[in-house]
Amino acid sequence: MNTLLDLLGAIGRGLFAVLSAAGSVTLFAALALSHVVRPPFYPRLLLRQMTDIGYFSLPVVALTAIFSGMVLALQSYTGFARFSAEGAVATVVVLSITRELGPVLAGLMVAGRVGAAIAAELGTMRVTDQIDALTTLSTNPMKYLVVPRIVAATLVLPLLVLVADILGVLGGFIVGVFKLDFHPGTYMARTWEYLEFQDVFSGLVKAAVFGFIIALMGCYQGYHSKGGAQGVGAATTNAVVSASILILTFNYIITELFFAR
Amino acid sequence: MSGVPKIRIRGLSKAFGPKRVLDALDLDVPAGRGLVVIGGSGSGKSVLIKCILGLIEPDAGTIEIDGRNVLAMSRTEREAVNVHIGMLFQQGALFDSLPVWENVAFGLLARRMMARRDAKPRAIEILAQVGLGADVADLSPSELSGGMQKRVALARAIAARPDIMFFDEPTTGLDPIMGAIIDALIVEQVKRLGATAFSITHDMASAQRIGDTVAMIHGGRIIWVGPASSIRESGNPYVDQFVRGSSEGPIKMELRK
Repeated sequence: MNTLLDLLGAIGRGLFAVLSAAGSVTLFAALALSHVVRPPFYPRLLLRQMTDIGYFSLPVVALTAIFSGMVLALQSYTGFARFSAEGAVATVVVLSITRELGPVLAGLMVAGRVGAAIAAELGTMRVTDQIDALTTLSTNPMKYLVVPRIVAATLVLPLLVLVADILGVLGGFIVGVFKLDFHPGTYMARTWEYLEFQDVFSGLVKAAVFGFIIALMGCYQGYHSKGGAQGVGAATTNAVVSASILILTFNYIITELFFAR
Repeated sequence: MSGVPKIRIRGLSKAFGPKRVLDALDLDVPAGRGLVVIGGSGSGKSVLIKCILGLIEPDAGTIEIDGRNVLAMSRTEREAVNVHIGMLFQQGALFDSLPVWENVAFGLLARRMMARRDAKPRAIEILAQVGLGADVADLSPSELSGGMQKRVALARAIAARPDIMFFDEPTTGLDPIMGAIIDALIVEQVKRLGATAFSITHDMASAQRIGDTVAMIHGGRIIWVGPASSIRESGNPYVDQFVRGSSEGPIKMELRK
């Protein structure tokens, strides 16, 4: 009986901790959003964050996208050859990239690169009193630190995913034409044939949501970091893990909203 | 003591879980004077200063600055009060993403919307007041020594000509000579601004250099207040033990055996 009660107690405590964290993140997000529309604004900081998050993530996202497109073409060709459907390779590549792989892989790569950096930077600022110093200088840390990062990530992720879409299709094209001997014109025609606006648009909506999630989790974990270097390390890990899980969760939810029949 | 104190604290309490750090603490800081709060590690000095600055929300009590209870203010009103406050953090708390001059001019840019082209020359002037040359203006804080970082942090604190200055362990981490230099700079700048100074420290030499009045915190309350010059003849056994740095006396450190 005692063992059962201990087990139920542990489950209850775990559930309570998860709900408490979810509530805390939601309040943090609501507070951040409320500051997005209230002055003062920091356009210089927004531009700097857009450069850091967008421009400097381009190489990582580009390489991920191009190799994903290449491997997708190769895998779908070898798989589809079993039932003589090799002609569908270009269509599979473009739909997979625009709907799923572009936004999800770009989101996960940016979560690793940018989410971790945001959490580490804000965490270090927290444990070295820099965030408190902002308050004493009449500067709201939510406006100065959190809002520019969240807005920048939400705006630039769709642009990154658009680049990822193009490069992913290019990767598939390279393998399809130079390795699998598709005719370039036929491959491109098959790429456009079944592609619809909604395929690309849903990926861009996902990207904006993923950008918001990445910056939110990085800021939340860093902002609430405590306990010195160890605390900053934990905040960084938590930011990447929680953002990655939320990206995959919201990926399903958004897919359901766009494509469920 | 006459007139309204610059800072008036009544019944201030703060607990973290079962640990009561501040226990109905009362304290007055007269305008234009320097008050230093001394006390052992974990005695609540930092919590006290953070409550006054609005960085920690106390559980009970009032904190009045110029006769207005800052705990009852909105965030915007509080930010307006902070415009008249300068703070020197224990480790400097310089923004490592900004060059030295932007650190110094941060408050000027954020509060008064001074143009960036005007802010840099002003920052260099303020750096000169704390004994630093224009050559450090474009450096990153991480390129400076501990003493220089403290000077830059002091420059940032005085940049907006505050009425009240707070100093959190200003000499911690510095050698005795640099500590004395920083103390001298603090006294000079506070006097020049005619500001009220509120400091916390456990460095007795520093306390006597920068304070007109010393208050001792123990058990979450102020247990003694007196002139800095007479601290070695306080007649209070707690203060005597602290000043002597003796393990024998009424103050029992919490040690696990």
